[in-house]
Amino acid sequence: MIVQALIDQGVDTVFGYPGGAVLPIYDEVFQQNSIKHILVRHEQGAVHAAEGYARSTGKPGVVLVTSGPGATNAVTGLTDALLDSIPIVVLTGQVPTFMIGSDAFQEADTVGITRPCTKHNWLVKETDKLAGVLHEAFHVATSGRPGPVLVDIPKDVQFATGTYVPKTPSASRYQPQVKGDLEEITELVALMENAKRPLFYTGGGVINSGPGASQLLRELVEATGFPITSTLMGLGAYPASGDKWLGMLGMHGLYEANMAMHDCDLMINIGARFDDRITGTIPEFSPKSKKAHIDIDPSSINKVIRIDVPIVGDVGHVLEDLLKIWKSRGRKTNSAAVENWWTKIKEWRAIDCLKAEQKGKVIRPQYALQRLEALSKDHDRYITTEVGQHQMWAAQYLGFEEPNRWMTSGGLGTMGYGFPASIGVQMAHPESLVINVAGEASWLMNMQEMGTAVQYNLPVKQFILNNERLGMVRQWQELLHGERYSQSWSEALPDFVKLAEAFGAKGILCDDPAKLDDCIQEMLDHDGPVIFDCLVEKHENCFPMIPSGKAHNEMLLGEAETQGVIDAKGSVMV
Amino acid sequence: MSALKLKKGATSHSAYNLRPTFSDVIERHTLAVLVENEPGVLARVIGLFSGRGYNIDSLTVAEVDHTGHLSRITIVTSGKPQIIEQIKAQLGRIVSVQDVHDLTVEGPSVERELAIFKVIGKGDQRVEALRLADIFRANVVDSTLESFVFEITGAPEKVDAFADLMRPLGLADVARTGVAALSRGA
Repeated sequence: MIVQALIDQGVDTVFGYPGGAVLPIYDEVFQQNSIKHILVRHEQGAVHAAEGYARSTGKPGVVLVTSGPGATNAVTGLTDALLDSIPIVVLTGQVPTFMIGSDAFQEADTVGITRPCTKHNWLVKETDKLAGVLHEAFHVATSGRPGPVLVDIPKDVQFATGTYVPKTPSASRYQPQVKGDLEEITELVALMENAKRPLFYTGGGVINSGPGASQLLRELVEATGFPITSTLMGLGAYPASGDKWLGMLGMHGLYEANMAMHDCDLMINIGARFDDRITGTIPEFSPKSKKAHIDIDPSSINKVIRIDVPIVGDVGHVLEDLLKIWKSRGRKTNSAAVENWWTKIKEWRAIDCLKAEQKGKVIRPQYALQRLEALSKDHDRYITTEVGQHQMWAAQYLGFEEPNRWMTSGGLGTMGYGFPASIGVQMAHPESLVINVAGEASWLMNMQEMGTAVQYNLPVKQFILNNERLGMVRQWQELLHGERYSQSWSEALPDFVKLAEAFGAKGILCDDPAKLDDCIQEMLDHDGPVIFDCLVEKHENCFPMIPSGKAHNEMLLGEAETQGVIDAKGSVMV
Repeated sequence: MSALKLKKGATSHSAYNLRPTFSDVIERHTLAVLVENEPGVLARVIGLFSGRGYNIDSLTVAEVDHTGHLSRITIVTSGKPQIIEQIKAQLGRIVSVQDVHDLTVEGPSVERELAIFKVIGKGDQRVEALRLADIFRANVVDSTLESFVFEITGAPEKVDAFADLMRPLGLADVARTGVAALSRGA
């Protein structure tokens, strides 16, 4: 019945790990050919792989794990998916209903543990309700603001036979609002017509709304001529090669993007949530602007920043209405003022905040990513990342032309996300180039998934910027803790080439800037999983940077400016 | 349910006010939350308050519609207006929550609480306790030669006032149900 429900929901791939309490489901999986099961090496990897699958396809990712430790290992992935609004359906086995509460072997209160880290969860105690709950689970995961859901299924319920209920689209009581209020949209159009310094600030909501929303966004940006910046999660919704593109904003965002946020007079937030990585210090956040916010989740609006024009609805639907209303009122903008605004922006752009020249014999991480971009951008390419400096550099130096091409752990900042996510992406796109830009410390957190990559011959490229440090931790210790580098370097790292070979994969080591291009090309040309150990400068810091407790116009652009910039108030922030 | 009088900026989903005032004054609001009566739903609501650091001044819950599987949770909470709006929006996000009503802003409402007081005393104190109970329309539901148990129903302020008067007269134990509330009128 469970497999039938998954098939009816259009599931083709399940990431999982068997165990005692899910054996009946695994027995069903064994006896069918419609759904492919990917055996991961750790349940956390299963959830991140499902996230990669979901983020790169727009379809929900599905995970199957056992009770107790199987479920608790999935918690990090669930929390990651919750914070980044990724649709995931996790099925967990549970001890039989008559043993629940008895501290049985591999028993955990799974729905209790996962209640705060799922959008919703269910414990199914009656077999007749199972099919209905599974369909509802897919509906909840993908409707409204997407998110992870979990269905906990006791073993006796798995064994019993019950009545299967087919999928019915309108059965659910959960029907979030998707159309925006036309009066509010008209109010925003009026502001757009008169704005002197307008700015689009877009986020992951545009990606989640589907490719149609990205198309509408592109049309809107080109038609109005307004500049656009995006959060980490929204990269690719507007093409990086577009001339209205200011680059990513936020703590490690581009100078021109952050300065434009600070000085704009109309901020149009489309599917972003004013995360603290974006806003910097709240009282000084974009003090001169009127703010409009389009979001499908009413709780995002006014949560941290006061909004003048709130619009609750799905980005795609709202943008469609917005374009329609703006066109019907004569396609007006204050073009002379916007022209001046662009002049100002171009001055900021001229600072060229990402300029990073390769000097000397040690590879600079920025240079490594510039070369990776140059050599891989013409491929049908998907990028995942781990978390830390390399993640920010990847966001700065790689260009994304399409949505769903960039998978990263934004909200939770989960080290160990990128490798399993790259496996999920490669499963969904077997013919494409999938690269995980990693740091060696993050990568080691889920390195066991090499077994998965090799078993299914998934040609994922693990591009490790190896500085033998927890680079971002080290950077903060340098700036905030008197250069006392407490526990932020690894004294015993593996030989990554031998490690790759031990798993039956290819390893490449590169420590010479002159050989970098050849080595990257070798990685791209290899048909199979590769660990690329790129030895880089150990003390490189990630700039630009808005220090904790500072405003967008108080960015640090380089090493010379870092002395004593963060005061006591800023140093308590994360 | 009565039709909601939606303000500008509110949504049809619930009583959200998307244009709250950003003042620093702490307000006390009574929220009525209609939820599907399923296992764990109260934990979801309480977990939201503890997880996000909101206040619960009082909370009552009971099934109100057996056939529709609906329970009504009445929560009295306090916070700045922006926080109150955030609480309502966060409650609205919970999948098993059907409806959120802010009785404090949606027009007049009645609030009632039931409390039981045990008062131990002798002589004049005992007579005075009984006399005050009469004034407050509290009922005696248990009596010994040395004690009374009073039952009182009313707005929380009335229950507070009764408790203040009973304290010097030998108040020994209190049980309160928390607030149940409904909007007035049709």
